[in-house]
Amino acid sequence: MKIAVCVKAVPDAAGGRRIDPATNRLDRSGELTLSDFDSYAVEEALRLVEAAGGEVVVVSMGPERAVDALRKTLAMGADRAVLVSDDALAGSDLLGTAQALAGALEREQPDLMLFGQQSADGGGACLWAAVAEQLRRPAISQASELTVEGGSVTGKRQTEFGYDTIRAPLPAVVAVSDAINTPRYPSLKGIMGAKKKPQETLGAGDIGGASESRTTVVGLDPPKARGDARIIEDDGSAADQVVEFLAGARLL
Amino acid sequence: MSVRPSDYPPPWTSSEALAAPSDPVDERIEVGVAIVGAGPAGLAAAIRLGQLMEEDPATAERLGEVPVAVLEKGKAPGSHLLSGAVVNPRGLQRLFQGRKRIDQLPFAGEVGAESVLFLTPRHAYRIPTPPTMVNDRNYVASLSQLGAWLASEAEALGVTVLPDTVGARLLVDGGRVVGVRTGDRGRGRRGEELANFEAGSDVVARVTILAEGTQGHLTGAALSRFGLAGEQPQVWALGVKEVWRVERPLTRVIHTMGWPLRARPKYREFGGSFIYPLGEDMVTIGMVVGLDYRDTALSVHDLLQELKLHPRIRRILEGGKRLQWGAKTIPEGGFVALPRRFHAPGLLLCGDGVGFVNVPALKGIHYAVESGRLAAEAAWRSFARGVSPRSALSSYDEAVRSSFIWSDLREVRNMRQAFGRGFYLGAALAGAMTASKGRFPPGDARTERDAEQSLVTTARASSYPTADGTLTFDKLSSVFASGNRTRDDQPNHIRVQRRVPREVAEAWVHMCPAQVYEVGDAHADGTVDVQLAPSNCVQCGAITAKGGRLTPPEGGSGPEYTLT
Amino acid sequence: MAGALVFLEHHEGAVTKGSLGVLGKAAQLFGGDVAGVVVGSGVREVAAGAGAYGASVVWVADDERLAAPLPQPRVDVLAKLVRDEGFETVLFAQSVLAADVAAGVAMRLGAGLNWDLVDLSADGVGVSPALADSVNVRVGWAGTPRLAVFRSGTFDPVEAGGAAEVRDAAVELEDFSELAEMVEQAHAEQQGPSIEDADVIVAGGRGLGGPESFSLCEELAKALGGAVGATRAVVDAGWYPYSAQVGQTGKTVSPKLYVAVGISGAIQHKVGMQGSGVIVAINKDRNAPIFEFADLGVVGDLHEIVPKLTELVQARRGS
Repeated sequence: MKIAVCVKAVPDAAGGRRIDPATNRLDRSGELTLSDFDSYAVEEALRLVEAAGGEVVVVSMGPERAVDALRKTLAMGADRAVLVSDDALAGSDLLGTAQALAGALEREQPDLMLFGQQSADGGGACLWAAVAEQLRRPAISQASELTVEGGSVTGKRQTEFGYDTIRAPLPAVVAVSDAINTPRYPSLKGIMGAKKKPQETLGAGDIGGASESRTTVVGLDPPKARGDARIIEDDGSAADQVVEFLAGARLL
Repeated sequence: MSVRPSDYPPPWTSSEALAAPSDPVDERIEVGVAIVGAGPAGLAAAIRLGQLMEEDPATAERLGEVPVAVLEKGKAPGSHLLSGAVVNPRGLQRLFQGRKRIDQLPFAGEVGAESVLFLTPRHAYRIPTPPTMVNDRNYVASLSQLGAWLASEAEALGVTVLPDTVGARLLVDGGRVVGVRTGDRGRGRRGEELANFEAGSDVVARVTILAEGTQGHLTGAALSRFGLAGEQPQVWALGVKEVWRVERPLTRVIHTMGWPLRARPKYREFGGSFIYPLGEDMVTIGMVVGLDYRDTALSVHDLLQELKLHPRIRRILEGGKRLQWGAKTIPEGGFVALPRRFHAPGLLLCGDGVGFVNVPALKGIHYAVESGRLAAEAAWRSFARGVSPRSALSSYDEAVRSSFIWSDLREVRNMRQAFGRGFYLGAALAGAMTASKGRFPPGDARTERDAEQSLVTTARASSYPTADGTLTFDKLSSVFASGNRTRDDQPNHIRVQRRVPREVAEAWVHMCPAQVYEVGDAHADGTVDVQLAPSNCVQCGAITAKGGRLTPPEGGSGPEYTLT
Repeated sequence: MAGALVFLEHHEGAVTKGSLGVLGKAAQLFGGDVAGVVVGSGVREVAAGAGAYGASVVWVADDERLAAPLPQPRVDVLAKLVRDEGFETVLFAQSVLAADVAAGVAMRLGAGLNWDLVDLSADGVGVSPALADSVNVRVGWAGTPRLAVFRSGTFDPVEAGGAAEVRDAAVELEDFSELAEMVEQAHAEQQGPSIEDADVIVAGGRGLGGPESFSLCEELAKALGGAVGATRAVVDAGWYPYSAQVGQTGKTVSPKLYVAVGISGAIQHKVGMQGSGVIVAINKDRNAPIFEFADLGVVGDLHEIVPKLTELVQARRGS
């Protein structure tokens, strides 16, 4: 079974601003690491392949230095990595990204395509649905459990209302939630072997070209200030005052 | 009745950091040289080995698929590096001779003007710069940034750098160091194996270089196991620092002495502060205090907060923003506290781990770099055909003793110990030592262990400022500003006795810059329970100096410094 | 015809509160030019009621093939509807289903999609908080239709009354849309909302004094229909499970109401809940940092205040 996992390299949450002395390049601004949510997808792919045999290919779209983040997936046990990297694709919107990934996935012809539940930096939680639409294949989201058997995948989808069990024939697209497993730490052997695993880079031309972004960023604003806090000392009536406050804020 | 932290030794023995290889042979990871620590010493060693591999590929070939591996317990090289720092470029110039010019090294700026100030609560008096502290032709740098840069230089030369990897045990077999066992990952609070448990591995190497920095975990075990320790014990200082974005550039390097430390000998408060410009728009400010202080209420973290309120100093930071915070110990014993040998079969020791620090000059980085470079050359010699590894490794000792590391440290050898006698007498003695270039006083002063100082308690804590969140901060905010986001459910890595006299517990509470310790329930006999919040720990090492023991937690834990 | 179309998700016979809220917002922005669409099987009655919440027209796609709440058949229905009727704006209230539908429709139509919005203007500028709610990004669209997904609970439904014209939407499904099948649909196994989804969280900290006092938080949470949270300190001490931990090394939450009981407000906790709509803090320490960022701070004994508060809330809500 061939499983493709779509991952994203995102800026490290803890990365601070780096000094850039006048005459040197300390080009570490924008240190990228594997998005946390994607490690669940990689882990799930590895488990499925460990049980049933097959290959795990990691697919990503990003700048060239994303290869370091991809190496982590190879260190965990993925077999190959494919990076779609092209200046023309920089700043792609949802559609552009989905199209590029779909293009790379079509080249691979996997049986199963996994995604993490959301992007650690953009917060968007629906890339896989756009990819499934482009590939014209069934999709299951927010899977907290996954089994593959006899040419189809069954997932337990977690929604606001509870759990659904959904089945779809392969090839299928599945987004896994962070409840599905605990991602493994790469072993030292895995880390050291990662460099030898095949890593391929594709350009925009290889996956069908780039397209114009259909969304724009108009500007940035500071968040609405919380406003002054009202502080009350309890004289026995605090509970009543809180209830009045909540009612006034339409929270009751 | 005098209470000393050393009367309550931690439940730990150095044999916990030693082991024989235990993985099946085909699962062991074989490397040519294993270096523990991606700091200036370890990376200098790695870079020098990389250079030698380029020059002599035939020998390099014999080192196997992974000729040089550097194990780093932090999340990335630089994550656990912290210093002032004003760097003497000598070490790096020798390392990169013929390959890089000074202006290609990642310094923040050359030292221009400098002053040394003696502070009182409201005034600052300029005093002549002591000769040992002149920083002509030196450079201000962020050690964390320097480490990150050195790591990428090493990788470019074919070195494998392994972050998130703890050197947990020194592998010793047949009286020889054969490598390092890495730490487990994925254990729960009670040590149980979690779903993603990954056991450590035996990394076997022909030569192991320990460059762990202050209070090296494996270094301590090695000194013990191979009888390398010198006669005098090591002592440490705790440095706590912040990096600030500022509105006006600072135009000079500043060191201060005096307030808020107390001069009376009975308090044993040795140290001072540093304030350096980090480029045009940042300033780094830190407080360094010897851990032989006696007052249970002394908190270096809070002394730094207090320092920032001094009129001369708050001016520098006003309108600015604190970007980062960190803490780390510095070995201060100097020459007399060095081990008597720096090598053992299969093993070489460098850097702060063995104490190559010039306290009066506040310099250690260039010694770390030089010692790393010399260690690499000795290791390389041991790979040559027809050379006995034993004699090659012992040549490292000779090289160190012939280097500027040795002569520099020897010249200032008793200075720190002099300050144990109080600021004024100490300063006088220091002056005499400088003038005589180390010939006076003759002989070697005795060093007393930090934890053996008996404790006193004063009302000092009442002068610590309440955090205002803009100029002054509380410890938890500081821990946050170190980038620390350690997993909460790890096993506890701090070894201390959990029930001690109240004074000892309170000393630990104030000592720790990261609020790891808390006084728990009191008992009728005057002892109290000690409660811990180990995930706050920034691995500064102060507890090891003051009666407990820091052991390395899971790889990738602790601070994530980038500017310190 | 131009105008806005709102996806009206429904569950067990009623349109979801979130969808009705978005419908109300659309009515406010676009006046009478707002349509809703309801997709399912046996849903005509559900559709009819939407007129009272702002829709002038409700499109209904009623087909047994649409019974299960799966996204891809809904993409087929909506995409065709938007094309045929020329809708310029298509709005969704965040849910697992709605997000998938929105993305599929955007892809099908080659349209721009902005998500996690907390506001939208009539001239096509949305507001999306980013970087753990520390900055607001103003976003726009290049061309039409403009697709938007609003953050959960952003708008409350407004029952303005009125009736909507009900029209039939065509149901033409792509072959691949029917490949996924619902084997077993969710039951309402309500044990209270999970901490991530909850609109209300009552969180306890060291000030509770001991694990037994967590029952105070549990009772208040139940009365408010919310979930219980905990600080790292109390989880470390074993008073409450890690799954409830809110903070830097726990969960990040942004409920409409966060009640912090006996919590000092250290920054490690703050970063996990600072995006909450309204923060109420109860602590006996006047100097606790939490009072600096709470909307309402109560200095007093939580053991007295919280039970009383629970009683009053229960009375108000008649539960």
